[in-house]
Amino acid sequence: MTRVAKILVVAAAALFGAVSAGAQTIQLNGAGSTFGTPIYTKWFSEYNKIHPNVQINYQSIGSGGGIQQVTAHTVDFGASDGPMTPEQMAKAPGIMHFPTVLGGVVPMYNIPGVNVDLRFTGPVLANIYLGRITKWNDPAIAKLNPGVKFPALPIAVVHRADGSGTTYIWADYLSRVSPEWKTKVGVSTSLKWPVGVGGKGSEGVSGQVRQQPGAIGYVELIYALQNHIAYGFVQNADGKFLKATLGGVTAAAAAAARKMPADFRVSIVNAPGPDAYPIASFTWLLVYRHPSDAVRGKIMKDFLHWMLGDGQKYCADLGYAPLPREVIRMEEAAVDKLQQ
Amino acid sequence: MSTLCAAAVVLALLPLGFILFYIVSRGISALNPAFFTKLPKPSGETGGGMANAIVGTLKLIGLASAASVPAGIGAGIYISEFPGSRTSTLVRFCADVLNGVPSIVVGIVAYGLVVLPMKRFSAIAGAVALAIMMVPIITRSTEELLRLVPVSLREGALALGASRARAVWSVVLPSALPGIITGVLIAVARIAGETAPLLFTSFNNQFWAPGLDQPTASLTVQIYNYAISPYDDWHRQAWAGALVLVAIVLAFSMLARVATRRLERMNVG
Amino acid sequence: MARTRRRIPWSDAGFRAATGLAAFLVVGIAVVIGLELFRNSRVPIHEFGWKFWTNKDWDPVNGEFGAYTFIWGTLYSSLIALLLGAPVALGIAIFIVEVGPLRLRRGLGFLTDLLAAVPSIVYGLWGIFVLVPLVRKVETAIAGSRLSNLPIFSGPPYGIGMLAAGIILAIMIVPYISSVAREVLRAVPQSQREAAYALGATKWETIRIVVRYGRSGILGAVFLGLGRALGETMAVTMVIGNSPQISASLFAPQYTMAAVIANEFTEATGDLYLQSLIEIGLVLFAITLAINVLSRFLIWSVSRERRPRPRATPARLPEPA
Repeated sequence: MTRVAKILVVAAAALFGAVSAGAQTIQLNGAGSTFGTPIYTKWFSEYNKIHPNVQINYQSIGSGGGIQQVTAHTVDFGASDGPMTPEQMAKAPGIMHFPTVLGGVVPMYNIPGVNVDLRFTGPVLANIYLGRITKWNDPAIAKLNPGVKFPALPIAVVHRADGSGTTYIWADYLSRVSPEWKTKVGVSTSLKWPVGVGGKGSEGVSGQVRQQPGAIGYVELIYALQNHIAYGFVQNADGKFLKATLGGVTAAAAAAARKMPADFRVSIVNAPGPDAYPIASFTWLLVYRHPSDAVRGKIMKDFLHWMLGDGQKYCADLGYAPLPREVIRMEEAAVDKLQQ
Repeated sequence: MSTLCAAAVVLALLPLGFILFYIVSRGISALNPAFFTKLPKPSGETGGGMANAIVGTLKLIGLASAASVPAGIGAGIYISEFPGSRTSTLVRFCADVLNGVPSIVVGIVAYGLVVLPMKRFSAIAGAVALAIMMVPIITRSTEELLRLVPVSLREGALALGASRARAVWSVVLPSALPGIITGVLIAVARIAGETAPLLFTSFNNQFWAPGLDQPTASLTVQIYNYAISPYDDWHRQAWAGALVLVAIVLAFSMLARVATRRLERMNVG
Repeated sequence: MARTRRRIPWSDAGFRAATGLAAFLVVGIAVVIGLELFRNSRVPIHEFGWKFWTNKDWDPVNGEFGAYTFIWGTLYSSLIALLLGAPVALGIAIFIVEVGPLRLRRGLGFLTDLLAAVPSIVYGLWGIFVLVPLVRKVETAIAGSRLSNLPIFSGPPYGIGMLAAGIILAIMIVPYISSVAREVLRAVPQSQREAAYALGATKWETIRIVVRYGRSGILGAVFLGLGRALGETMAVTMVIGNSPQISASLFAPQYTMAAVIANEFTEATGDLYLQSLIEIGLVLFAITLAINVLSRFLIWSVSRERRPRPRATPARLPEPA
């Protein structure tokens, strides 16, 4: 018995001790937006290569989750693609928003036999998501896409099951182009969806669309690219049909960049301009102005400076647009104010 | 009629065969040394592994067992030593109640009790949730097995002048030990495969999680995250993780069965 | 070699205290669970009261929360699971205890119990990649036929939805029902079978009598499976579609109590939202508690009937529980 006990004790010590290697390693925890997950996880991995003793653990649980956990102080920072509402900010005093990248939300679909990029208008997308257009061979869709042969397949609407900033951006856009959507459903990270199936995370939605014939979903551009799934053109405020590109997203931010409010909470959906992609958005990190742990706060500050400098170089490869220069300048000043 | 029953057996074993076939065939192709030694890669990149998740699962099992085994065995001893009292009936009832609580509910309670006050997700919170699920299983099986020990054994010890505690500790427990271990193994097999309570207690982690107060990766949560993702490489890793997980659970279940068989043989003789 | 024995002061009182503490812990945990759920649902309880159980809305934007759609989804999926799984489990139990060749019995029991060892996340994984495409094929075939006019087969064939969830739950509860049913059938005294044979019954008539004798225990086993199905989270949330709606259609994506908690808990912003989810946890806890207590009572009553009842007895106190 004692020998067994000794072996168990040694094994336990090894288990707990071995993975404590590197006593100076410090871990930060963040959670939130799945919209930004590809670039965030890339950043944290690269930052860890430069600073091996800093590990930033990021979990993509949705923007709503980021807001909730940062409010409850269970994480060191949050991430969201929908800026916090005044009510949410009242519950979480001292949280600052820092834009990180620009991204676009695209309509992705899976229609057997259709291999071209389809054109959508805002009202058509709204009607699909309201359940008014139920089949792919509906005349409203056919009118926008002459020459495409649509099967009489029911449209399998996919949306986010979890609280999501991507949902916020999508709903923000639909509210501006469809008064019915605005009154009936509204804008938030979690909605009462009229129709459709819920997928968990952008990962879940794109996974679902991939597997379901006739499905349509909305995801961040990168998920459509990484998954090699068709995504469509969307008509912008000026009437042009655009496919989400870095240029289009950057153009959408151009007007906002000049008028950026001090707290960085701004919407660039349906922005004016011939080249502006209509469903574009900033995405933000939610950081405590006065974190309880000074060491972690300093690391956060360092990371933000790195993010605004070298970090922006990783954007293009992953399908995000880097921040406009004016915004970066404003942010550097704001980052300096942290912990003061 | 017997064909109907035989058909029922086949109908139940079909999905089992199906599942095991898929796990093994898809999982084996993704099993490589990197899987066991590397950390997860950023979204969309291939390669990487579940090393921290495997260690995390073992760590959570270890912590949960450390907390629940003494409590469960102690409660089981109490019920079997003082069987008539109302407290014993109450304890038995509560153990049965706890056995039926959905694991997601246990997760909620652990979130409120551990995560919020500590203001962080941690291995401790996850272990608390798992321990809550293990305690009733261990309690009931300990009680059942202690009752199986012949009364003559206990009475003999008492007749020789041992105190009650001594009788239990030196005589009754050792003879029931294999069975108690079986109960512990069954409890471990049960919680090793749990995901829901870990979702908001131990959370998840892309890195190693030293110590007990950090979010910890676990096989189950990692499989979940990978399975609902759109990346093929992650899907393959999810199957590999499922294979490893089922292997761990089966190993514990098999051990439990072997121990039960040995115990039966001991007691019959 | 004489060893001087140290007198270790095992005091009986200390023993009772130590084990009593552990026992108290078990009770304490159960009580704490109930209390914590209740304590953290105060806001929606105050806001909605009993209407929470009947409100069909789940609207985080407007702060309208109600458990009705989730209760529906949970009960519907569990019902399908029972309809599919209970007969199979019972058939297995009968096969193993009464009918099957002796050599197969232990192995079959082991294999059936193996179903219980598969973690639910693995069921979910198998569900989305293997079962759902299969179900989609079946649903597409049904949708193309005349059956699609029936309400339970209406709607687009997603694959994901109530049917897939019900099937997975059925597979998952078979081992629980089957192992308890096996024990119940084994507990039926041999004298019953012998008496039946003595009266000239065939094998199947005997089995009918045995099953009838153990019927309350078997019912208890079924309820045990039901309790399991009600609380199952991961496998269901991956295949049910996560859509809070009430639909009679098997094809429609719906939502269960456990699934909505798992999906929305970490991101519920605001006290009302978070505590509404906790109140759903409370509802789930209450329902599973009731079902489990009922099932234990039924199973226990079978073994109770075996004890010979004393005939002509003077008035006496009821037997202890």
